[in-house]
Amino acid sequence: MDLNLIWFLLVGILIVGYSVLDGFDLGVGSLYFFLGKTADEKKVLTHSIDPFWHSNEVWLLTGGGALFAAFPLVYASAFSAFYLPLFLVLFALIARAVAIEYKVKAGERSGLQKALEIAFSLGSFLPALLYGVAMGNVARGIPLDGAQNYTGTFFQLLNPYALVFGLLGLSAFLLQGSAYLGFKTEGDLQKRAQRTALKIWLVFLILYLGATLFSYLSTPQLFANYLQYPILLLIPALSWLLTLLTGHLLRYKPGSKGFLASSAALGLMILTLAVGMFPNLLPATNPNGSLNIYNAASSPLTLKIMLIVVCIGLPFVLLYTVYLYYVFHGKAKADAGGY
Amino acid sequence: MDVLLLSRIQFALTAGFHYIYVPLTIGLSVLIFLMELRRHQTKRVVYDQMSRFWTKLLAINFVIGVATGITMEFQFGTNWANYSRFVGDIFGAPLAAEGIFAFFLESAFIALMIFGKERISSFMRVFSSLMVAIGTNLSAFWILAANSWQQTPAGYQLVDGRAQLTDFAAALFNYSTMPRFLHAVVGAYILSGVFLAAVSAYYVLKNKNLAIAKPSLRWGLIFGVVFSVLQIFVGHWHAKEVAVYQPAKLAAFELQWETQTHAPLLLFALPDKEAQSNRIEIAVPGMLSYLAFGSTEASVTGLRDIPEDEWAPLAASSWSFHLMVGFGCITAVVLLIGLIQQWRGKIELSRRVLKACIVIVPLVYLANELGWMAAEVGRQPWIVQNLLRTTDAVSAVSFAHVAIVLTLFCVYYLILFILFLYFMMKSIRNFNLAEASANSGGKGKSRRGK
Repeated sequence: MDLNLIWFLLVGILIVGYSVLDGFDLGVGSLYFFLGKTADEKKVLTHSIDPFWHSNEVWLLTGGGALFAAFPLVYASAFSAFYLPLFLVLFALIARAVAIEYKVKAGERSGLQKALEIAFSLGSFLPALLYGVAMGNVARGIPLDGAQNYTGTFFQLLNPYALVFGLLGLSAFLLQGSAYLGFKTEGDLQKRAQRTALKIWLVFLILYLGATLFSYLSTPQLFANYLQYPILLLIPALSWLLTLLTGHLLRYKPGSKGFLASSAALGLMILTLAVGMFPNLLPATNPNGSLNIYNAASSPLTLKIMLIVVCIGLPFVLLYTVYLYYVFHGKAKADAGGY
Repeated sequence: MDVLLLSRIQFALTAGFHYIYVPLTIGLSVLIFLMELRRHQTKRVVYDQMSRFWTKLLAINFVIGVATGITMEFQFGTNWANYSRFVGDIFGAPLAAEGIFAFFLESAFIALMIFGKERISSFMRVFSSLMVAIGTNLSAFWILAANSWQQTPAGYQLVDGRAQLTDFAAALFNYSTMPRFLHAVVGAYILSGVFLAAVSAYYVLKNKNLAIAKPSLRWGLIFGVVFSVLQIFVGHWHAKEVAVYQPAKLAAFELQWETQTHAPLLLFALPDKEAQSNRIEIAVPGMLSYLAFGSTEASVTGLRDIPEDEWAPLAASSWSFHLMVGFGCITAVVLLIGLIQQWRGKIELSRRVLKACIVIVPLVYLANELGWMAAEVGRQPWIVQNLLRTTDAVSAVSFAHVAIVLTLFCVYYLILFILFLYFMMKSIRNFNLAEASANSGGKGKSRRGK
């Protein structure tokens, strides 16, 4: 295994970690008004993610930093290409972060509290949708010139293919959120969350099928690796198996297992796309202009040093992440302390 | 107006706004760790109350700092793509390391501090606050190391027009890393000491929450004075480093036109770029040579010996630098008077001193901001000193997009700032120790370790 391949996997792990973890709290935020019927239920929804959302979001920051460190040319081209959508995501994440804490402090049922609740929910919904749109554009390839700068427009990013990916990503995050609430809450709210999870799962299934079919028709290059090494098809097969298992568990075995299955299915879905794109990280519509794990990477020395950094740091990160979830295990309550 | 100018305004705005929240997080997390430590050692309820109260204020501040920090990490790619391509092999590493070593640490353990007090043992409370303090300070180290590399690049070679890492330790601990890190962190500690003293002084003046206000006032004054004194030495060390490695920046700070020995230390001046001299000037003869190089005989490079297209904006660099020093000095004097009154046991009667502690809050915040401004404006026209000009670093993005985003930032950050002030003031004003203690006592199933 060369260093570039290892870093491809590590960036992939960070994206998966982010999607699975922030996926559930963005999902909870998006469903805030839909599932939270009473003031107490809204408190439960907030408290279910209070201790976790922040460290979940760090996966995004670390992912951005890792991309900058390991594949700076991809970081530069992708971030400047997705200029407007990326700032939309940032504005949304900022609004959400501030609102989740400040809405507790605003007067009960005041106008300010209402506004902050909307900011929280909208700020969760927008990123959940836009990540998928970005992913779709990356999978499809974007027009880059000789200096690796994006030559398309903002509206070209909103093509049907990317929008299908956007909806797929959104449904995956909503599934994460509702499956999480399905075991983290109790009573009416729990039942509602479980029913919602099942419906969203069905939508997710249809979109997953649709996106696969769309890809087969419009971006056949994503299938090249699979046709060359059919053994790799085990990954999508496993992804589909877990997706079906998620539905089964959500329907017949309510509890945390459905959430774990949906997390694994989401991770494998991203892995399926990554294998299809390999070795490209940011494909260009002009194939010679594509940025891949070799022509866009940092020097071997930087990759090696950063690998050492990860090997030292990541075990600790996993250790206290597990500890955090252990301390705050059990049902979310309406009257938990905090801020 | 072009993409470059708008991007520079955006960077200044977002960095300046982000840094309103950062210093307090760095210093207050250390102070809260000390309160937790005292609580654990003495089992006295006052330390528990202090820690709870200040943690609440830390949380209000922390969340905006974190949220606006995401912008900082992403806009190198969005607005400064050519910079990112040029420095990616070096500059990305500290940012990634900051995420892995610092952000995860502070985010996980601050959740335990805020939400987990009733769920974890007394020891784990102390440990969590220590981890948050380490996390915030470690984060400062990584980002300041990255910034220092822009100022005094080391441990690299140029390959195909890009900087490539040759020596990680040399790049990380470049000439300005340690003085810059200590200078910024000590500045943050002073600010946090002032914050503690000011909020406590407010309560003493209002005769409210005295049980925690009195000890907090003492802590804030001691903390602030200790680090103000330390800053004299650290700031001096940092300035000496600038004199050696960024002579053009020193010339801009001190508005030195002639290369000369016995160079004067400027107290006040108005630069005249056309005439290449200062219109009004109040200066201490020979002092700059002495402070920068330890001898009045030492020669200080003047602007006339530096190509004009390598001059930083003169008035902005010089004024931000001198105002920083001035505000820092005023802060130190007020803190010192406060501490003397504290020792004499008269602080609660010295209403003017208590009020002064509140008045210096904006000054100490400005001093921290101006320090950054001096460092960053003084580095111009370089984005990486002597290697890459800011004009060559910008992204090839559309003017309209940059204009839209910048406009949104202005509106958006203004709203955030108002919300922050509103909730900070509200939390301070409405805090009632008796109520808070009754609430925290009744909550939670287990209260282990108390």
